[in-house]
Amino acid sequence: MTVVWLRWAWRQLTSMRVALMLLLLLAVAAVPGSFFPQRAQDPVAVARFLTDNPRTGAVLDALGFFSVYSSPWFMAVYTLLFVSLIGCILPRIRDHWRALRSGPPRVPSRLTRFPVHVTGTTALDVEDAYAAVLRRLRGRYRARRTFAGITAERGYLRETGNLVFHVALVGILLAFGYGQLATYRGQAIVVEGESFANSVVDYDSFESGTLVDQRQLEPFTFTLEGMTSRFSETGRPQYFGAEVLVTQPGQAPFRQVIEPNEPLTVTGTRVYLSGNGYAPRIRVTDGAGNVAFAGAVPFLPQDDVYTSTGVVKVPDVTDGDQLGLAGQLLPTAVDDGATLRSVHPDPANPLLVLQVWRGDLGLDDGIPQNVYQLQTDRMEQVTGADGAPLLLVLTPGATAELPDGLGTVTFEDLPRFAALDLRHDPSLDWLLGTTVAAMLGLMGSLFIPRRRLWVVCAARDGVTRVDAAALARGEDASLAADLAQVLGPLELTKDDA
Amino acid sequence: MTDLSQFSLLVVYAAMASYTIALVAFAIDLSSLRARRDSEGRVIREHALVGVRTGGTAGDGGAVAVPAPGRRRAAGIAMSTTLLGAAFHGIGVVSRALAAGHVPWSNMYEFTLTFTFVAVGLYLWLAHSHDLRYLGAFVVGPVLLLLGVAVAVLYVAAEGLQPILDNYWLYLHVSVATVAIAVLGLAAVLAVLQLAKDLAGDSRWVAILSGLPGAAELERLSYRFTAVGFVLWTFTLVAGAIWAEHAWGRAWGWDAKEVWTFVIWVIYAAYLHARATRGWDGRRAAYLVIAGFAAIMANYFVVNFLLSTKHGYAF
Repeated sequence: MTVVWLRWAWRQLTSMRVALMLLLLLAVAAVPGSFFPQRAQDPVAVARFLTDNPRTGAVLDALGFFSVYSSPWFMAVYTLLFVSLIGCILPRIRDHWRALRSGPPRVPSRLTRFPVHVTGTTALDVEDAYAAVLRRLRGRYRARRTFAGITAERGYLRETGNLVFHVALVGILLAFGYGQLATYRGQAIVVEGESFANSVVDYDSFESGTLVDQRQLEPFTFTLEGMTSRFSETGRPQYFGAEVLVTQPGQAPFRQVIEPNEPLTVTGTRVYLSGNGYAPRIRVTDGAGNVAFAGAVPFLPQDDVYTSTGVVKVPDVTDGDQLGLAGQLLPTAVDDGATLRSVHPDPANPLLVLQVWRGDLGLDDGIPQNVYQLQTDRMEQVTGADGAPLLLVLTPGATAELPDGLGTVTFEDLPRFAALDLRHDPSLDWLLGTTVAAMLGLMGSLFIPRRRLWVVCAARDGVTRVDAAALARGEDASLAADLAQVLGPLELTKDDA
Repeated sequence: MTDLSQFSLLVVYAAMASYTIALVAFAIDLSSLRARRDSEGRVIREHALVGVRTGGTAGDGGAVAVPAPGRRRAAGIAMSTTLLGAAFHGIGVVSRALAAGHVPWSNMYEFTLTFTFVAVGLYLWLAHSHDLRYLGAFVVGPVLLLLGVAVAVLYVAAEGLQPILDNYWLYLHVSVATVAIAVLGLAAVLAVLQLAKDLAGDSRWVAILSGLPGAAELERLSYRFTAVGFVLWTFTLVAGAIWAEHAWGRAWGWDAKEVWTFVIWVIYAAYLHARATRGWDGRRAAYLVIAGFAAIMANYFVVNFLLSTKHGYAF
């Protein structure tokens, strides 16, 4: 009983109708992922959605709407689809293999029942007529002379293409799966003059598949020798290029420029330029006169004119309160009386505008902090002589004295930084190969005509009677013309229809 | 540079004017296909018309109103004005490209301008060898609508390319996308006509449809367009994935545009399967062709304006 039921279920699953339903279901199931923010792509947007819509958000979250493409229901649909596909394709591969080996099928007994058929007489005798038709078929059809007449078939590549296409789809899915397991990717912000070594500690963020050994990343380092950004007068981006010097063990170092669309490839790892900005070099001395902080601090651009925000955390003061600086960098600052703002992304008149906090930065709690945010809940804002919050406005080279003997802040100069995405994905070649195979197969399955053709000649009353018919798989506008072409040398006198 | 882009816009307006005339003429031609009047202005019934017609190839079965060659003056005017409009349209595309200094498909205005031009060009090219005059109104009408949206809503001044777009994949991925959309658009128009023809049957109130070929013929044409369009769409998707790998560091990231491109691909794949499924061929399959193109338009307008996507700058 179970066997019968299972067999019925299997037949249903591998039927064309179910494949069609599953395809439509897949199309519908994929859509929500474009309307709701997805955790894999934009976790911040998901968090924001959940805070803004706590109740519906929780329901949607439980249903997997924020990770549609790894949700059970989406996976169920495409798993069923692929099972259906494989179940459909395997018998067809067997049948096609048999057809390839056995050649064209027998001549049907009644040719006049086919929509495309021709009957008539020819002046040639039977053997000459067969020979003439076979000559015409040579190279274009697989033809066989049987007792009943000529049977010919062409376009095996149509079915081959169809099968290749479907098998290649399975290949694409497998390549994707392998990619998920074997890929690592991460991001790093590198300031001009500084270096990056390909190990997990040097990444700002890092994620990897289960097959990746994090201690064994490809060994290479590079130094960012320069970051070039060019903008038009109106501030439109025109060119970005990160000049790097790449070093690998046992090989001569080489220079390359990483540009948009032009990643750097080192030992199978690709490095993409995903962003750029300014990293003002800042020096802070504490009340005791010791250098408490010195370094270039990336400020992240917030808009098209590179109004950038960033923070400086100064925990290592000689004694007393820790210091925190938070504020903005304006590359081309303009004072319109009321506010300071940037009007162009180039550093024509860079200004660093900082607020100062003192107290406990909270770095010793052991909880990881966002380096771009200052936790001010245990800090107090430093005020100026007038009692208002202190605002440091610095040009490059300028130093400001902090009140209460807290120390000094110096804006030394303004190097740029490059935001780089690094990715190692060994599945890419497989993905490309299977995709190209799928495309070629698809074209074959749609555009190569599959035709069967039969010609039967018989001597009767001193003339040679010819019966011929042709049959196509699917749409075929030039089937009749092809049959006429094959029969051309017989110079038929057609029977009246 | 701005002079040239002004010129381009002006020529596009000229193209729209020509298309408007063509649309009216096509409509007149379609309506005259059903009702011809005798010398006293009385409408000749269709079956009578077939009877009185001389020199034509009679015998295509009763009440089909196929007027004798040479009597479709309106259609002639419509084809010439469409050709004129296409010429203006083409000049508009080329001058826009020269003004911007790059291929004319790097933002929504340019993309719309180009794919509508491809659609009209394709129609005229096919009309050269086949009698597709019945289709004219249904091609020129939507094109006119899209051009209106382009100049009124999508227009942006010609500018240089953003560095992220400045790549040879812009030529391959986007140019093939324009052709794919044009081809699938024509397929959708044919499917709409097929459905109209199919649902209307012989009822007189849609007599305007009587000048059209039968539903089966329209379905065959629609299929051939869709098959070609599907391959082009597949290429667009694959080329996009390869470019995304170069530009963004991942081949596939379920960006809203990628999701919809995939959904469209699956809809057309379903259509191809539907045609091979009993009970789904014909009318139901036609719904899928229309759904596919509706999804393409949603991918263009809804995704770009309402959803967050990395493709926001253009298609």
